[in-house]
Amino acid sequence: MERIPILRMGDLLLVTIQVDMHDRLAMTLQDDLTERIVSDSAKGVLIDISALDLVDSFIGRMISNTAAMARVLDAQTVVVGMQPAVAITLVELGLTLHGVKTALNVEKGMALLGKNLNR
Amino acid sequence: MNAATAVEFDTELLELNARHRLDRVTLPLRGDEDVVGLRKQVRERAVAIGLSLVDQTKLVTAASELGRNTIKYGGGGACHLDKLADGFRNGIGLLFVDNGPGIPDLDLALRDGYTTGGGLGLGLSGSKRLVDEFDIDTRVGEGTAVAVVKWKR
Repeated sequence: MERIPILRMGDLLLVTIQVDMHDRLAMTLQDDLTERIVSDSAKGVLIDISALDLVDSFIGRMISNTAAMARVLDAQTVVVGMQPAVAITLVELGLTLHGVKTALNVEKGMALLGKNLNR
Repeated sequence: MNAATAVEFDTELLELNARHRLDRVTLPLRGDEDVVGLRKQVRERAVAIGLSLVDQTKLVTAASELGRNTIKYGGGGACHLDKLADGFRNGIGLLFVDNGPGIPDLDLALRDGYTTGGGLGLGLSGSKRLVDEFDIDTRVGEGTAVAVVKWKR
């Protein structure tokens, strides 16, 4: 089955979404990430969406849900690299990704996770 | 032709589109993967007529929402992708049709946050904000047609 790879770096999990996701693939990623947070005792999750040229309500909800699930499993999520056109469209659509931390790029996202995890 | 085109929809916008149509491609919408294909086709056409990146993204996102609705609520159907020109400007028209149960209360369905499918309830209302023209013809027990247009600025 098609899957989006999840990389581990210390106690962080890194995901780069590089394909146009259909809904089932997005759900699989949400489930996989939640399982990996527990099995790897991860404290942070970094999701890079810089290659995504679209975030619709389904993908937006998957991102929000993943962040909420990570939070109750004692891990923080940062979404990085959103394209400006995607941000404009997302807000006009009515989605604000409430409760999801964001950063402009991977480097800043890693710094934010590091700061929040006190290192 | 797909069975979903059998119902004759005749809203004002759909008529307008017919007069300004230069070209039409029809894509079947049956499952998740078809939405990915639809997004790609819409993006290609939006780029071809020179829509700005923001307008491309808005149109493709609206297509994704409406295509998902066609599959999830309409039980599958089709999307007609039209290249439009009204003499002043070029545009892309999308017409989603299904032979599903129809929408009993359209005003309610167009309200932000209203959903019968456990989603966010932004598909229909949100898509309307992302396009220049938006029209729905829905008949309970027969099906639904949603037409949207994005014009090049």
